[in-house]
Amino acid sequence: MTGKPTAWIGASVARLEDRPLVTGRGRFADDISFPHQLHMRMVRSAYAHGRLSRIDTSEALAVRGVVAIWTAADIADLPPIDFREGPNETLAPFRQSVLASGHVRYAGEPVAAVFATDPYVAEDAADLVEVVIDELDAVIDAADEPSEFAKGLTTEPTICRQGFGDIADAFKHAAKIVELDLAIGRHSAVPLETRGAIGRYDAARDVLELHGAAKVPHRNRESLSRMLGRSTGGIHLYESHVGGGFGVRGEIYPEDILVLVAAMRLGRPVKWIEDRREHMIAANHSRQQRHRIRAAVDADGRLLGIDDQFYHDQGAYIRTHGTRIADMSCGILPGPYRLPNYRVNGHFRLTNKTPAATYRSPGRYETNFVRERLMDAIAREFGLSRIEIRRRNLIAPEEMPYARPLLALGDEVVLDSGHYEALLDKALARCNWDRLEREVQARRKAGELVGLGVAMYVEKSGLGPIDGVRVHVHPSGEVEVITGGASVGQGFETVVAQVCAEVLGIDYRKIRVVHGQTDRIEYGIGAHATRATVMTANATANAAAAVRAKALDMAAQLLQSSVGDLTIVNGVIGRHDGKGATITLGDTAHHLRPMSSTRGERVPSLSADGWFTTEHMTYPYGVQIAQVKIDQGTGRVDVEKMLIAFDVGRAINPMLVRGQLVGGYAQGLGGALFEEFQYDERGQPLSVTFADYLLPTAGDMPELDVLIAEDAPSPRNPLGIKGAGEGGVAAVGAVIASAVDDALGGGLITQLPITPQALKAIIDQRKAGK
Amino acid sequence: MSERHDINLKINGADYAVSVEARRTLVDTIRDNCGLTGTHIGCEHGVCGACTVLVDGEPVRSCLMFAVQAQGREIRTVEGLQQGDRLHPLQEAFMQHHALQCGFCTPGFLMLAVGVLEKHADLSDEELIDVLSSNLCRCTGYENIIKAVRAVAESMKARP
Repeated sequence: MTGKPTAWIGASVARLEDRPLVTGRGRFADDISFPHQLHMRMVRSAYAHGRLSRIDTSEALAVRGVVAIWTAADIADLPPIDFREGPNETLAPFRQSVLASGHVRYAGEPVAAVFATDPYVAEDAADLVEVVIDELDAVIDAADEPSEFAKGLTTEPTICRQGFGDIADAFKHAAKIVELDLAIGRHSAVPLETRGAIGRYDAARDVLELHGAAKVPHRNRESLSRMLGRSTGGIHLYESHVGGGFGVRGEIYPEDILVLVAAMRLGRPVKWIEDRREHMIAANHSRQQRHRIRAAVDADGRLLGIDDQFYHDQGAYIRTHGTRIADMSCGILPGPYRLPNYRVNGHFRLTNKTPAATYRSPGRYETNFVRERLMDAIAREFGLSRIEIRRRNLIAPEEMPYARPLLALGDEVVLDSGHYEALLDKALARCNWDRLEREVQARRKAGELVGLGVAMYVEKSGLGPIDGVRVHVHPSGEVEVITGGASVGQGFETVVAQVCAEVLGIDYRKIRVVHGQTDRIEYGIGAHATRATVMTANATANAAAAVRAKALDMAAQLLQSSVGDLTIVNGVIGRHDGKGATITLGDTAHHLRPMSSTRGERVPSLSADGWFTTEHMTYPYGVQIAQVKIDQGTGRVDVEKMLIAFDVGRAINPMLVRGQLVGGYAQGLGGALFEEFQYDERGQPLSVTFADYLLPTAGDMPELDVLIAEDAPSPRNPLGIKGAGEGGVAAVGAVIASAVDDALGGGLITQLPITPQALKAIIDQRKAGK
Repeated sequence: MSERHDINLKINGADYAVSVEARRTLVDTIRDNCGLTGTHIGCEHGVCGACTVLVDGEPVRSCLMFAVQAQGREIRTVEGLQQGDRLHPLQEAFMQHHALQCGFCTPGFLMLAVGVLEKHADLSDEELIDVLSSNLCRCTGYENIIKAVRAVAESMKARP
């Protein structure tokens, strides 16, 4: 045999996932059907806040094809939807019930469920359900004084407090104090595939099945087990193709519970597919916060302290994440800067809007905007450049690992590695910042409204604590990697296969990655918090290494060689020097069958479990630079140039990393300029279609450059990986705001999204003032 | 509402005899009555383009057309792009250029691009982006979709 093992890690190989997806053979939630299934349609509250006085289902029940209609009374035995992390006494009263009873608290809240033999019939019947609600005043602004949520409870379930040092002392010794009032608009993931859930009860096996699962199937199985009082052994979740996740899809919502319970009680599979309007008012919203932030700064422009009060608009109920985003906002706000004193109070408030939860880069998109606005303001206050003010405050590489007495996702923030200033220098050189500044100045003199923006940020990834993977080599030579990780379309299968291929010494195309199936592996923590590549890939490497050792041990006997002389190249085991006999991995697996006479005392099967545990998250980091132009006639912002520089420690597949960063950029751009869930004063949602909630299109994409750095591998995992999933989106609001503000002369942009209306008003006001 | 119409749909050259209500959309009929689930539903109000199919060669939002309106017309869906084992050049290009992530919008983009390129392979870059702006993708940031379609347009132009 000849040749060296192929280096799969670091190679931009084509994805394993693509063929079924480009040929129309994918299987998304709505592509799953079972014989005799029923279709569910939700009846939702038309009011943001009110007393639910009566629901009349009689006319709807008379429609041919309607099998049942449920209101809260029909499922009174079901608890409200649980937190993923388990019971929480303080937050428990604010959970959402599966169907509303007593009160409704947002427009779109489910009040009844119609089950019918045909989806058109279910929708017809739902229209005939009469819901009488006595409207109450709606709470729209989370910064208003808290009001009553229910008897004895206010709309402020908790205040998230973190901090360190002596903040009063910092402000006492400040040379300058810079203060801002900043707001981030309500927007969300809005994946192209709406949610869907198919419940099926298999009485023959006494197993309850949820199809269309995503994100965290294993964790959700545990929650469902608690809620439904069934053993996890009697519940299975099945992930199929997922049409975009971004944090929103795959949480447990009322509809997931309903299809499962209905499948058992009505004795037929039950399918629910969300329509787009429903998605816009029922799936998790995100991002909306208002920050009143102050910085104490010394005479040289160095931060002495940050004091932040923010108001987190959670919407009507606390969903599966609890207070996670507000906590994360507290923990991650300081970013890449040295900060001796810090105090943050996050007012976690309920309003009469769709409940909020995580959307790609939760707590960071918001606080990166806030902190970077603050840094720009400090630069202006000191008459320093925006680059210089950042240089003076960046944490230096020799300070790593840099521990902060803060928590993010319940994990102490310990920045693991990074050379922040070096990445800034790389980014400035890459985009030729000095030249861009000169060009922008010249164009401004010629009357154009153009500006440059810069933002720096620290991301987090690889949430532990543990993940496990099973690798199994079949006698055919095909390898299965079975993981409790999940795919939300990011290329998970390919990346896991690449790592397995490299360690095992086979072609990654010989590997089948099984994920999101609770009946194939007992544990898994899915795909969230940019953890899949960090955790699952390292667990895969460990499992593949164990399989490799077992294969070499078996082969050494068969080839009459010693393990140390052997290697595996392209699935064939032979000597390093290429001499002598060889045996394929598949044939080696054959010798390890239980019935094999050559197996000896070895444990049957060429397979192994591998686990990876980690104490802390890893922290990738980035620099974003944008050049924008404002149309003075319309107020429209055109992003002319964009650079994303991001250090991922080690890129398993640079093509896919770039794909994550560019895709994230587009989402971030939406939140910066276009996307906002707006409400009127009665809490009526105004953004319920793609005509009034605008997603970026191909025409909105700038000339985009991506610099993937691998200068600071994570010391926290053997592969050195930091995650890339959220690095593209995280600072886009910050950088676009910085650039637009620069175009306007500074100090004017304090909220996202930056709408053409707002900019036009600024421009017109200015013209009038001249 | 429940009066049904017996119609014949010609999809990818094959005949499908279906019985549908007048209000039944073309996309529901393609997916549920004909079993061709490669065409996806993203918004049901004609904005996202996930349900784009070709009707008599023109890209059409199949959520905005009733099945009864498609009677007697040539419908093409993503399932019809592949010839035996050979993928359509656009399918190859989408894989090569990493023009898809979750893949949900992909069939719509493929049909949009096929429909346009079959008529005008000589689109300028600006025209191409303009055309592709009519569909939505939430994963890729469009960069690689544009690259993939441009690559195929170039190779079509190069061919005599």
